[in-house]
Amino acid sequence: MAAVTTTPEVAAPSTPQRENRLVSGLRVARELPVIPLLVLILLLAIPAIFANQLAPHSQRIGVLDDAKLPPFWISESFEERMVVQRADRNRLDVEIGLSNAQRKVERGEATILVGGEDGEVNPGDTLRFQARKGGSMEYPLGTDKQGRDILSRIMHGARISLMVSSLAILLGGGLGTLLGMLAAYRGGKTDSIIMRIVDIKLAFPSILLALVLVAAIGAGFTTVIVVIAVLLWARYARVVRGEALAIKQQDFIDRARVSGASNARIMMRHIFPNLVNTVVVLATLEVGHVIILESTLSFLGAGIPAPTPAWGVMVADGRDLITTAWWIFLFPCLAIVLTVLSMNLLGDWLRDKLDPKLRNI
Amino acid sequence: MTAVQTATDTILEVNDLKTYIFTRAATVKAVDGISFNLRKGETLGIVGESGCGKTMTALSLLRLVPKPAGRIVEGEIVLNGEDILQKSEDEMRDVRGRQISMILQDPQTSLNPVFTIGNQLREALGIAHRENKSSMLSRAVDALRKVNVAAPERRLDDYPHQMSGGMKQRVVGAIAMSCEPGVIIADEPTTALDVTIQLQYLRLLKEIQAETGLAIIFITHDFGVVARMCDRVAVMYAGRIIEQGDVRDIFSRPAHPYTQALINSVPKLEQSVDRLYSIDGQPPLLSNLPEGCRFAPRCPYVSDQCYEAYPQSYTLNEGHYADCWALDADWQGTPIEEFVPPTGTAG
Amino acid sequence: MQAYILRRVAQGILAIFVISTITFALARVSGDPLNVLLPEEASEEQIELIKAEWGLDKPLHMQYFQYLGKLFRGDLGEAMAWPNSTATELIIERLPNTIKLSALALVVSGVIAFPVGVLVAIKKDTPFDYGGKLFAILGQSAPTFAVGLILMWIFAVQLNFFPTSGSGGVEYMILPAVALGYYNVAALMRLTRSSMLEVLDTEYVKLARIKGVAEWKVIWKHCFRNALIVPLTYFGLIGAVLITGSVVIETVFAWPGLGALVIDAILFRDYVVVQAVVLLFAAAFVIINIMVDVLYAYIDPRIRYT
Ligand SMILES: Nc1ncnc2c1ncn2[C@@H]1O[C@H](COP(=O)(O)OP(=O)(O)OP(=O)(O)O)[C@@H](O)[C@H]1O
Ligand code: SF4
Ligand SMILES: [Mg+2]
Repeated sequence: MAAVTTTPEVAAPSTPQRENRLVSGLRVARELPVIPLLVLILLLAIPAIFANQLAPHSQRIGVLDDAKLPPFWISESFEERMVVQRADRNRLDVEIGLSNAQRKVERGEATILVGGEDGEVNPGDTLRFQARKGGSMEYPLGTDKQGRDILSRIMHGARISLMVSSLAILLGGGLGTLLGMLAAYRGGKTDSIIMRIVDIKLAFPSILLALVLVAAIGAGFTTVIVVIAVLLWARYARVVRGEALAIKQQDFIDRARVSGASNARIMMRHIFPNLVNTVVVLATLEVGHVIILESTLSFLGAGIPAPTPAWGVMVADGRDLITTAWWIFLFPCLAIVLTVLSMNLLGDWLRDKLDPKLRNI
Repeated sequence: MTAVQTATDTILEVNDLKTYIFTRAATVKAVDGISFNLRKGETLGIVGESGCGKTMTALSLLRLVPKPAGRIVEGEIVLNGEDILQKSEDEMRDVRGRQISMILQDPQTSLNPVFTIGNQLREALGIAHRENKSSMLSRAVDALRKVNVAAPERRLDDYPHQMSGGMKQRVVGAIAMSCEPGVIIADEPTTALDVTIQLQYLRLLKEIQAETGLAIIFITHDFGVVARMCDRVAVMYAGRIIEQGDVRDIFSRPAHPYTQALINSVPKLEQSVDRLYSIDGQPPLLSNLPEGCRFAPRCPYVSDQCYEAYPQSYTLNEGHYADCWALDADWQGTPIEEFVPPTGTAG
Repeated sequence: MQAYILRRVAQGILAIFVISTITFALARVSGDPLNVLLPEEASEEQIELIKAEWGLDKPLHMQYFQYLGKLFRGDLGEAMAWPNSTATELIIERLPNTIKLSALALVVSGVIAFPVGVLVAIKKDTPFDYGGKLFAILGQSAPTFAVGLILMWIFAVQLNFFPTSGSGGVEYMILPAVALGYYNVAALMRLTRSSMLEVLDTEYVKLARIKGVAEWKVIWKHCFRNALIVPLTYFGLIGAVLITGSVVIETVFAWPGLGALVIDAILFRDYVVVQAVVLLFAAAFVIINIMVDVLYAYIDPRIRYT
């Protein structure tokens, strides 16, 4: 049951040159990861660029009367049941504590269905809430607990994800590339110091490092970018150094050196252009990773601060309501997963096309 | 060969065997209708260029063609009187190792790096003789001794990476022969070894054969080794046997132009280099075989006939056959020159 | 072999030392701990008093030596935000929970990933294989908190199989453990598959088949152990993923472990606890890596003798 490897001998019979080019052009077009690209364009690029024009509602101000409306396809209004639990610091999902429930019953917003013999709400009782309004196209994906439109917020969130990831990768990737090239080019002590730092960095669980850093600098947009850049550079430095070392061995570098080019010139004009493919592939592969990091930090309250609709923040908002209003946490979750998935597929494809030797990193 | 001989002497008979590999792009006809016989104690050489299907033939005989792409599509493999193609996978496990076995091309990678050779040897032994531990151990030691491994008791606890290439090759041999199979296939068993170790190893195989009456199928692309090792030889080209016969016969009167070219390309000490014959061109792709003779594009004696149909098989001598139109009495093309065998070879 | 282990342990100790220094430095810049210890309207004397009590009046390097000295004696310090408890007590209280959860997650990922990885390798290019691939790609594209919440929503809220969150019996651990292990399952499965495919194509597997070894034995004896070598080198990374993941998952499921503790400590700016937990995580990480290396040497004899 050995794996079958196709040998080069089994290649198609040779055809005229021009036809070959046409065929290979067509093949590239057919192999293009169409679905991931479409998802990325529809879910990330267009909303990110045109959020202000496209979003039907404000990203920050909600209509409290319209709070917690379900998505449009749940159109019938319905009642909701809930078992009262004692409020507990560790049970973040319990939306209403005992007193809260009592208040609702007194105001006539809910009736006691099971229990409540003494006219009071007790832990373990089942409440029935009043009928709630159904969803509509006004808020296609529903609203959150402040009555904000989830679709609009997801669109604005796309812009944040895109900005954070591109800036962080630009910063971290740039730094890593520079250090990697420096390590390869200078060698000796510079090399060993840089690589030692890389090792230590890579040996440290990244979220933990990020959390400590955020705690040190204080949460915010810039902090997130800086922190993620700090997490990213080491991987770049390692890969780029390896590549640059190989390039350094080649003749044309010696020739440049003999002809008196400066170190900076050799690095920028001769080594860097040969690294571009690698750097681009790494960057694409990292976007998904960065979006995950950013949303995790935001989710933990150590990333983008609250009213801004970063996807992680939105999920954190909806977490407490998971039993009653699932759409608040689920849609931003799906936005993250779909984006990252598409980005990874695109990155894989690009890597196979541009730089297959990166496959095992 | 008479019918009586077949019944008593023949240990393996292959009839019109076809093994194809179905890849997404094409069907590779790696083995495309080959037939041969093997008698007890005999050594049959299979020679041919790289990629002509020798290894695939060998794997077919063990029914170990790479799955799921490779498949034996036609033919018969009669081993000890039974067609093994009719057997179930379970029954095959009793055939492998016990009736037919194989020494692989590369000794460096043929041993599992994470188990001691003792373990791997005992595993092979255990399949035939389910015995207690201590007798198994002494059998393992015996098996190593048989292949001339010095201090076999101590070697049992070694890992493959602690042994030299030649030593590993012998261990692989010991494993293949541990259950005393009637037929052993040696697939280019020496290509990875240096010349003196090659010779030692070949001599060892011969010795074991003399002792046990083993039949060997010896796969190589070195005609020099064939001359030294084999009784009979089958020449393969692009998935088919194009000539087979007694080694002396073939060396003295090679009938097929391809065989002639191969024998001529064996370097001889007394031959000056400029007379060394080499065959121009490439064999056809096994995924895109021509209608007619597969050697036609490279053949000096080619005629139109050769492109039209695959040549029929001609008997030149008892047990000496070749597939070539030029052997036909009514042949219209260039006659095959009287072939002068290089001096210093058998016959 | 012993020398090898010793060398790895020495390297590990050095790494822990470096990490302790870094966390010390980071924790010190992570905001003024006085804010936690004092009410806003505290007087100068109160500030001085507290500073002296916590050793914050001394220069930084003295604080560092003091910290190291205490660390050496196994004293992690007095928690600032948790009255009347030391960092050690907090850790001892929370550690078993984290270990339980991580161990279950590890078991879950190993038990699923290895056999499934082998299976999809054997069934290469069949629907099995494609399903596995999709699962693996999904696993690497979903942040842990999303996996946790989606699992919670499906299995606790909708289907009511498990409690949504909190601590208690095994039923509380299953969802967090699966969520925590999910990423690892995907990564390990992919690795197992590719190294299994490589191994299946080797000559020694052919030889095993030639010997007449039964197919299950070919796969589970000859292939599996060799195929494990590559995924095992990633077990160090998996340790990191578990540690990182536990921070997130414990928060999502309100599981009272170290991860939740460190998040609280960071929010409360309790640098003593932050330092202690981060150091512990780092040490765990280093130890996992040493164990992996030793296991690796055991599985692959070629390493042992070099
Ligand atoms: N897994 C496979 N998939 C596709 N084609 C294959 C596969 N394995 C072998 N082949 C093809 O089958 C043909 C026969 O291969 P085989 O290994 O039998 O050659 P060989 O005569 O043993 O060559 P060598 O002397 O190099 O060992 C080759 O042309 C090869 O390209
Ligand atoms: S059949 Fe024709 S082409 Fe083929 S070997 Fe004979 S002469 Fe040459
Ligand atoms: Mg071969």
